[in-house]
Amino acid sequence: MGIKKTVNSARSGWMGAGAPEGDIVVSSRIRIARNLHGYSFPHLLDREKAEQVIHAVQLALENGELVKQAGILEMNRMAELSPVERQILVEKHLISPNLLEEHEKKAVALRDDELVSIMVNEEDHLRIQCLLPGLQLEKAWEMADKIDDGLEKTLDYAFSSKYGYLTACPTNAGTGLRASVMLHLPGLVLVDQIRGVLASISKLGFTVRGLYGEGTEALGNLFQLSNQVTLGHSEEEIISSLNSITGQLLAREREARKALLQQRREQLADRVGRSYGTLMHAHMMSSEEAMRRISDVRLGVDLQMITGIAPEQLTELMVMTRPAYLLKQAQGDLSPAQRDNMRANIIRSKLNQR
Amino acid sequence: MLCEKCQERPATVHYTEIINNKQKKMHLCEVCAGQLQAEGFNFMPQMNLHNFLAGFWNQVPGTQNFAPHTRKEAGCPACGAPESLLAKKGLFGCGDCYKHFGDRLEPLMRRIHGSSTHTGKVPERAGGRARLLRKIETLRARLQDAVNREAFEEAAQLRDQIKELEKQL
Repeated sequence: MGIKKTVNSARSGWMGAGAPEGDIVVSSRIRIARNLHGYSFPHLLDREKAEQVIHAVQLALENGELVKQAGILEMNRMAELSPVERQILVEKHLISPNLLEEHEKKAVALRDDELVSIMVNEEDHLRIQCLLPGLQLEKAWEMADKIDDGLEKTLDYAFSSKYGYLTACPTNAGTGLRASVMLHLPGLVLVDQIRGVLASISKLGFTVRGLYGEGTEALGNLFQLSNQVTLGHSEEEIISSLNSITGQLLAREREARKALLQQRREQLADRVGRSYGTLMHAHMMSSEEAMRRISDVRLGVDLQMITGIAPEQLTELMVMTRPAYLLKQAQGDLSPAQRDNMRANIIRSKLNQR
Repeated sequence: MLCEKCQERPATVHYTEIINNKQKKMHLCEVCAGQLQAEGFNFMPQMNLHNFLAGFWNQVPGTQNFAPHTRKEAGCPACGAPESLLAKKGLFGCGDCYKHFGDRLEPLMRRIHGSSTHTGKVPERAGGRARLLRKIETLRARLQDAVNREAFEEAAQLRDQIKELEKQL
């Protein structure tokens, strides 16, 4: 049970089926940063103090009322996990890469359904994350807000009436809220409008990043859109503007898909079909190619060119073909060629299963 | 001497570049120098959010950039973190640093967020009164909005809610 189950399965709660706008919005995430009063921020903590913070959070999580509201969150010290297992948590988007550095000072509390995770001693003492499938920012915020209220019954937060919740980096101060959506935008990429669209978004106080956060590239036409400003707007305002921008992006993506269907139907069907065929029959597949092909097939599924595959199966496949997950399955080292072979095998068996 | 790009291997390639009479020296290891040549780009230290922040802080009047050596650096009384931590890493040492850097923080926050005052959630512990006041403020804004839209039924409801909350103050 618990974390061992999490690192042994690629499936996660946030890949749920039939989510709102699930054809384009893969997931919605709310992350709030909180710090304890009376402790230096994590980057200045020694091991002993870091352990005190973990312990304090653990006690707060065991509070009966919080358990009733938010369920059981099990605390796992990063040091108890193997490097591969830690990397799998990143690949499943349950923790950030930051939690891998100086891991002996860090921990993560996870709920069994993996919709809630609380990172301890990341850049801030607490990073509460709620991750839901599809476009459900309000619901994710409601969950995070409740957990935050519950934790606050026991924990004394660093807060100032002027600057709000105080965070290690001043770019997070105020609400400490980072709301984000993961979008699959193959249509805008194919009609070559993505650059223009993304450039205008960044002018509106939002940022677009690749699949695994800051500084990563947009693999598989997946983009992460999140708010930049955390101070001076309320949580509800931030979420509602992200919602509205997402709504506009959805409309543009759907227009692009429609235009492709009307004007380039054969080319599109060819592209989707070739990728589907490759995934079904290839024996060697790089990570980059897998992401690209899966994206094509997902588009084909959304446009009903391919039937019998659920989008969430493809999301799962994206996690299953990441390097650490493969290493875990192999239970040992893999050469790059072996890895590419294993990736292709997993994809073939998964797609031929149905 | 360590390679200035990776900071890991010893620097064995010493490279001097002169562009428009400006001289630039680099000390790199073989691996990084090889990469540099392959990329064909001019070498630049990696730019990230924290570098940018540090740059902002250095431009705020009254910070160290203004009088580099004259003022003695006083650390935060709570955690002892010096100002140079923010200037270098873009991170504060603890919650009290926000108090300690006081007025000089204002321009930085405005530059990052376009605002320097929190208007969101308030923890219950920080005072029920502050929480109530904020809630009333939000409701008043919604009331004004409802009146502007001539949604009078909604406005009446909001007015009652506000009255109810004001009684609790």
